[in-house]
Amino acid sequence: AYRTDEGQPWVLPVVKKVEQLIANDGSLNHEYLPILGLPEFRANASRIALGDDSPAIKENRIGSVQSLGGTGALRIGAEFLRRWYNGNNNTATPVYISSPSWENHNSVFVDAGFKDIRTYHYWDAAKRGLDLQGLLDDMEKAPEFSIFILHACAHNPTGTDPTPDQWKQIAAVMKRRFLFPFFDSAYQGFASGSLDKDAWAVRYFVSEGFELFCAQSFSKNFGLYNERVGNLTVVGKDADNVQRVLSQMEKIVRTTWSNPPSQGARIVATTLTSPQLFAEWKDNVKTMADRVLLMRSELRSRLESLGTPGTWNHITEQIGMFSFTGLNPKQVEYMIKEKHIYLMASGRINMCGLTTKNLDYVAKSIHEAVTKIQ
Amino acid sequence: SSWWSHVEMGPPDPILGVTEAFKRDTNSKKMNLGVGAYRDDNGKPYVLSCVRKAEAMIASKKMDKEYLPIGGLADFTRASAELALGENSEAFKSGRYVTVQGISGTGSLRIGANFLQRFFKSSRDVYLPKPSWGNHTPIFRDAGLQLQAYRYYDPKTCSLDFSGAMDDIAKIPEKSIILLHACAHNPTGVDPRQEQWKELAAVVKKRNLLVYFDMAYQGFASGDINRDAWAVRHFIEQGINIVLSQSYAKNMGLYGERAGAFTVICSDAEEAKRVESQLKILIRPMYSNPPLNGARIASIILNTPDLRKEWLVEVKGMADRIIGMRTQLVSNLKKEGSSHNWQHITDQIGMFCFTGLKPEQVERLIKEFSIYMTKDGRISMAGVTSGNVGYLAHAIHQVTK
Repeated sequence: AYRTDEGQPWVLPVVKKVEQLIANDGSLNHEYLPILGLPEFRANASRIALGDDSPAIKENRIGSVQSLGGTGALRIGAEFLRRWYNGNNNTATPVYISSPSWENHNSVFVDAGFKDIRTYHYWDAAKRGLDLQGLLDDMEKAPEFSIFILHACAHNPTGTDPTPDQWKQIAAVMKRRFLFPFFDSAYQGFASGSLDKDAWAVRYFVSEGFELFCAQSFSKNFGLYNERVGNLTVVGKDADNVQRVLSQMEKIVRTTWSNPPSQGARIVATTLTSPQLFAEWKDNVKTMADRVLLMRSELRSRLESLGTPGTWNHITEQIGMFSFTGLNPKQVEYMIKEKHIYLMASGRINMCGLTTKNLDYVAKSIHEAVTKIQ
Repeated sequence: SSWWSHVEMGPPDPILGVTEAFKRDTNSKKMNLGVGAYRDDNGKPYVLSCVRKAEAMIASKKMDKEYLPIGGLADFTRASAELALGENSEAFKSGRYVTVQGISGTGSLRIGANFLQRFFKSSRDVYLPKPSWGNHTPIFRDAGLQLQAYRYYDPKTCSLDFSGAMDDIAKIPEKSIILLHACAHNPTGVDPRQEQWKELAAVVKKRNLLVYFDMAYQGFASGDINRDAWAVRHFIEQGINIVLSQSYAKNMGLYGERAGAFTVICSDAEEAKRVESQLKILIRPMYSNPPLNGARIASIILNTPDLRKEWLVEVKGMADRIIGMRTQLVSNLKKEGSSHNWQHITDQIGMFCFTGLKPEQVERLIKEFSIYMTKDGRISMAGVTSGNVGYLAHAIHQVTK
């Protein structure tokens, strides 16, 4: 979760404003939402992902399912794919998840009934970057119709994203081999500070004519973590296909949570449909992204000034909340035990934990860990 | 071509279909009796005053929006268990239970169904009363269980087929799962009396069945939360370690906020901890952690003495209005000159009433009178008001005389 420079959670000012509007609106009640969710939320959430000028939206071949956070969107998509993709109830369709990835990805697809969950090469520990060749090789070798979980931006946990050129290569292979793109978009806007930039990959795939799913989370970019606001965007070949897909997703939703919670969706819909609030939101998002970017550049420059062995450009080349520092488990143990700095054994740090007050201490600690422990 | 060419169009939801048709109707006298949500005497949604007060308290506290734990808001789950079990319950006081927050009734049922599928290896069979809430069957099926039935509703008398139920339950294979509606049976409104519940508990215990209680209307049925939870508490007192799903959609009017809970009564607190850990493992890949808003409202109401008192008054008010409408409907039917026995309308309890109307009669009510209900003759009493009960009685009389 995001933290301010004081190390505190941050309720976005626009969210506070909108919550007040909702609280003051006596005409609102707590009635059930439709099974697929609040219509204004669904349409606008998908529009945020796909872009105002999306050909898919213009051609009326998109659908949306309001979900319980990004996790809920992934789960509904996974349940649907297990029932209807590549035949009927084909639990044998391979599902490829990046190595590494968010640990819950695996569980989502296992619990949805898939029996063959594989990894694809992603993180190159030696060069501390994307193993593009390994990734493309895995896609070449993957059985046709395999499902690939792609992080739309700000890859969790490595913070390493393909460049636009690399995305183009990935898309080309996926198209040729009939692989299904299932995007996980948990950080749109939060990564670079620009909604459009962070959605580039998803939009590119749409422009290349793919049918795809995109699980969106508004936990981070709206700071609405505990309201569970997410959206599953479906892009299909035409309206008729999308309509049938949605009708089946509705059945899945009905036996999982019946209909989604209204509070968070109302906040997002109200914000996205008001030009003024929308501008304010983008500003709030940029505030968060900029702070993280600042911490990245500050940490890197300190490490370079200290002459810490190794290269540290990956700290600023990586993007989003997390960074794979490259620290090995022993060095991580040193950080935790000796310096009381808590990070994952993988060397992943949450950039949001950095503040102007602790930057020096963290940089010095990393320096010590790297020089003392090999 | 599309990946989805072979995907069939899903059938329209039968209950939603009723509301869709209702919306399209231009008759000014139209009535929506399919709606499963409470309406006040003006036919409007009712936001409880205690809910508004709780919301004001929340707004003034300016809390953050950090993730809840996977199992939900602790103050909520504890208060929810206490509400169901009773503050003097041995099971509650000893801590030999686990309660996790669920996505209202459906989400809680589904967590339970998934949990049973994974950990209750004795049987794949869930026995539902005939009839039951339409969504029970697909919930359990999607969780990987199989559905069976036991006799429950007697269409000849529009009341409980108690001997049929006892006969069927006595024959259920040991260690199967049986689902019981704690109160205000949906869709029939037919509940066992307390003496009948005692016999049901005895036979269920004898057959060593796993009891799954669905309690979606505590307080909303009779107006008394303790009375409505009587069966649940009795079974536990008889040493039956039940599992239970609760909903706050109706009794607190929190429909769209999705406040609910799933409880497992365990042998001891240590077992409860182990069960809890497994429930969390099930929940995490479903939606990670639950939504806060509804649970926090419910928690504040349950845990703030003044608000709790106010809630008890308001929930009784809703129950009383429904009971009043039942009485008025029957007296209006008599006034219309109907010679049929409509006693079941006042004998039944809760939001729904199984009128006993046949499909053709329902069809006529929809087409000729713009009165919308599901084909099985179920009406939501919540849609009846002092302003339209006369019209309803008139219409029912016309199609049944």
